[in-house]
Amino acid sequence: MNQRAPIEEQIDLPFVESLRISFQSLKIRFGRSIITTAGITLGIAFLVSVWTNNEIELALQESGRSSEITGLDEAAEQGISTKDIWLIIMSLIVCVVGIANSMLMAVTERFREIGTMKCLGALDGFVVRLFLLESGFQGFAGALIGALIGLLGAVVLGLKNYGLDLFFYFPLLPAQPENGPFQLGVLLLILLGCILGMILAIIGSSFPAWRAAKLPPAEAMRTEV
Amino acid sequence: MSDIVVKTEDVVKEYRMGSNVLRALDGINIEIQRGEYISLMGPSGSGKSTLFNMIGALDRPTEGQVYIDGQNMSNLSQRQIAAFRCHRVGYIFQSYNLLNVRTAHGNVTLPMIFAGIPDKQRNEKAEKLLDMVGLGDRMYHLPDELSGGQRQRVAIARALANDPSIVLADEPTANLDTITGREIIDLIKQLNTQQGVTVISATHDLKMLDVSDRIVDIRDGLVERIRNRDEIEIEVGEVGGHE
Repeated sequence: MNQRAPIEEQIDLPFVESLRISFQSLKIRFGRSIITTAGITLGIAFLVSVWTNNEIELALQESGRSSEITGLDEAAEQGISTKDIWLIIMSLIVCVVGIANSMLMAVTERFREIGTMKCLGALDGFVVRLFLLESGFQGFAGALIGALIGLLGAVVLGLKNYGLDLFFYFPLLPAQPENGPFQLGVLLLILLGCILGMILAIIGSSFPAWRAAKLPPAEAMRTEV
Repeated sequence: MSDIVVKTEDVVKEYRMGSNVLRALDGINIEIQRGEYISLMGPSGSGKSTLFNMIGALDRPTEGQVYIDGQNMSNLSQRQIAAFRCHRVGYIFQSYNLLNVRTAHGNVTLPMIFAGIPDKQRNEKAEKLLDMVGLGDRMYHLPDELSGGQRQRVAIARALANDPSIVLADEPTANLDTITGREIIDLIKQLNTQQGVTVISATHDLKMLDVSDRIVDIRDGLVERIRNRDEIEIEVGEVGGHE
């Protein structure tokens, strides 16, 4: 009997094992995962549509065709208007708050699960890693879908306002016009949106997961949502 | 020779509720022998679940010490505590605490994953344990697809995954009907007698007291008395024509 032997140290699990557990969890909780991911998708879709719209306006102004296009008013010809800046900041805030909220809820309702895993011998770090993986994947997938939806929205709006001219001057790549602000281009915007979604999702979930993992299991399991 | 597996020394646990301090345990001293079946009994709010959490290293005492296998639990590192929960103790809860995202089989393999046991070996062991608790045919069902009694059986199989020397059961029959409860008790008792597992159970259930070696009465955070099984009279009624 090794029962009187000194208590050994818990081992670290291979990364593949964490990956397997987190994917399994995402798959079985698919419905719930979709709702959480939808929160991210919405935030990023709004952000990307506002940004893309702005890029399109700038690109068309640069092209010198803005005066011929009915959709742009005089004020817009001066560059980014205060209204646009306001909209961009607002979309960023909505995105941050929306994603943080989705992830917080998704983790908080799983405090009991975290406590149980610790009862079975999970290390704090392992629990956090699981949530990091899950939320990173959700964040990326949600943000990519959101960015594409946002892009589509901006293109539809652009077509309505500027007609087919939109495609001649579509700001796909980064550009530095002679007398105007630097333009990121739509491709970079999408990439930025995806990274932002992923980072926000990871921060939003790993903070509460870390807090729950630090709690003694009895306390984590007591937590009512 | 006495072989003490659990010993508590003046264990105090306080909970802060706003500006109030609730003293759930007020200096508990008990010793539990290896291979014993101990029931912690007391009304709700008496502190028995809190004591249960202290013994299982699920919570930290505010004051006092808990020794398990002669080791002072407050001296252990995080990694040692995780290993302790993984290898030495099996937990059974009133509300089963199964992971709903994993099948019965997946729940039983989880502690073995944490213990680093290879794939094939842990799958075989999970099948064997689930067979033993009578769930051989429902192994790949999710907890939501199982009855209360079946879930508790999964929890028992999971508790045994890493061959613990102690099984801690917190009101394991409270959510079950009488007959199912009886079956669960028999299963736990069987572990105790056949495999020599020390069983520590918090309970109200008279049927559980019946199979205990000793009964520890807890009241207002203190040990009120400790009785041997033969000192108490318990009439356990039979239900449903069971012998």
